[in-house]
Amino acid sequence: MITDKTVLGSETQEYFINMGPQHPSTHGVLRLLLTLDGEIIRKVEPHMGYIHRSIEKMCEKDSYQQIVHLTDRMDYLSCHINNEAVCLTVEQGLQLEIPERVKVIRTIISELTRLSSHQLWWGVMGMDLGAITTFLYGFRDREMITDIFEETCGARLTMNYNVPGGLMFDIHPNFQKRTKDFISYFKTKLPEYKELLTGNVIFEERTKGIGYISKEDVISYGVTGPSGRGSGFSCDIRKHHPYSAYDRVQFKEILYEDGDSYARYMVRMDEMVESMHIIEQLIDNIPEGDYKAKTKAVIKLPAGEYYKRVETARGELGVYIISDNKKSPYRVKFRSPGFSNLSALDTMARGCKIADLVAMMSTLDLVIPDIDR
Amino acid sequence: MRLVKNIKQYFGEIFHAIRSLITGMKVTGYYFFHPKEIVTQQYPENRETLKMFDRFRGEVILIHDENNLHRCTGCSACEIACPNGTIEIINKKDVDPETGKSTKAIDKFVYHLSMCTFCNLCIIACPTDAIKMAQTFEHAVFDRSKLTKVLNNPGSKLMPGIRE
Ligand code: SF4
Ligand code: SF4
Repeated sequence: MITDKTVLGSETQEYFINMGPQHPSTHGVLRLLLTLDGEIIRKVEPHMGYIHRSIEKMCEKDSYQQIVHLTDRMDYLSCHINNEAVCLTVEQGLQLEIPERVKVIRTIISELTRLSSHQLWWGVMGMDLGAITTFLYGFRDREMITDIFEETCGARLTMNYNVPGGLMFDIHPNFQKRTKDFISYFKTKLPEYKELLTGNVIFEERTKGIGYISKEDVISYGVTGPSGRGSGFSCDIRKHHPYSAYDRVQFKEILYEDGDSYARYMVRMDEMVESMHIIEQLIDNIPEGDYKAKTKAVIKLPAGEYYKRVETARGELGVYIISDNKKSPYRVKFRSPGFSNLSALDTMARGCKIADLVAMMSTLDLVIPDIDR
Repeated sequence: MRLVKNIKQYFGEIFHAIRSLITGMKVTGYYFFHPKEIVTQQYPENRETLKMFDRFRGEVILIHDENNLHRCTGCSACEIACPNGTIEIINKKDVDPETGKSTKAIDKFVYHLSMCTFCNLCIIACPTDAIKMAQTFEHAVFDRSKLTKVLNNPGSKLMPGIRE
């Protein structure tokens, strides 16, 4: 692996360096084995498994109601969307008719989750590049969303608000008012984000043209979500295979063609606007009705295979359940967006400087528990 | 001609850079002079006024009324609903001194706070609404064994009329 060569009369040698598993910029326990030539990256090998909790195996002993709360612990920043994915799969298997009210509430909370995830990502992205300010600003606005979650769902992060068939309880009476307040507040704050980071010269220098990946590579690695759309790969599940209430709202799928870190950044910034737009369309029209369809106390899926996919804040999450007509599934497999997105890091990083690797990982928006499960 | 263009570009870039930095500084400067808009809470100084939302899931508690009566029949539905064995219901036989009939009643409602994931499944499983989530959140202790709690008060009894 190590090759000797002579540059300008002096001997150079490639060498290895371990980035992580306890590196602040990996946002979790991920080890990257880097092959370097001076400062230039020749190869990136991600080593995973440090936070593997065998969630898929645990699902095999749990009932269908209990599986839901485990998915909170995968991609904890889109926990509501993960819950929804499992519930949609189970509901598909049971062929349950879900009340309209549930669909709309689920969609609103999904979009709030996406917003809060992107806010956190924006703050952390700035911090990775050395700007602590953005971190505090991102968290300031995110706090309002976590308050909404706390009041309605009962928890700030791992909310477990979905149950197969509907929601755990109805929305809090303050939910609509709080959400509208937040939307009008955040509309005034989003321009601040742009002033602080988007136009900043240091930020532009460190992201524009860095970490390029082509549309072909994105497709072959299965990179989805904002990271894929930054390379022009149209992969928004909400648009292509609408679930819940996405078929009745107007929104744009954000596509950028450049494929660099800056494009991936811009996709998320624009997605925040779209998410607010979706919430605005739904928040005043929550239909009356039940917050839960009737289900049996012990859910048994008919024997067979069920697959459903949703768009989390990081990309496409697929839930695959094989049932043998018992009260717990025979096998559960999650197709997590983080795992596929990480696999593209090597292609992106080759030839770049090691300092830019941090920015690249930020724009991939990796959540390590989602990769390891 | 080329030189002029290069110089122009050079200074243009410097200008753009300085402007972008000033734009960012304007935002931070605004908050520096408007300290009222700062949102940080002074915890733990604000402990008295800090109130959690009603639905906040802090820990599972068994509801007792003023006569030390609870509504738990010992049916173990919560124990079965719990995904990680947090709840253990230990039952005993109560003998009615008048009729001599023996009935099932809880001896100990053991709750391992250290294993709880606050998923709320036990609460919605309980047929008699005997348990609920409390809004406490300061759970740090020096000894792990303190996190294993017995939720039924000593000498507490089942509320009459619940079992029917
Ligand atoms: S909240 Fe969940 S984990 Fe905790 S005791 Fe209840 S069912 Fe078990
Ligand atoms: S708390 Fe409720 S579910 Fe649990 S044993 Fe008592 S009555 Fe049954």
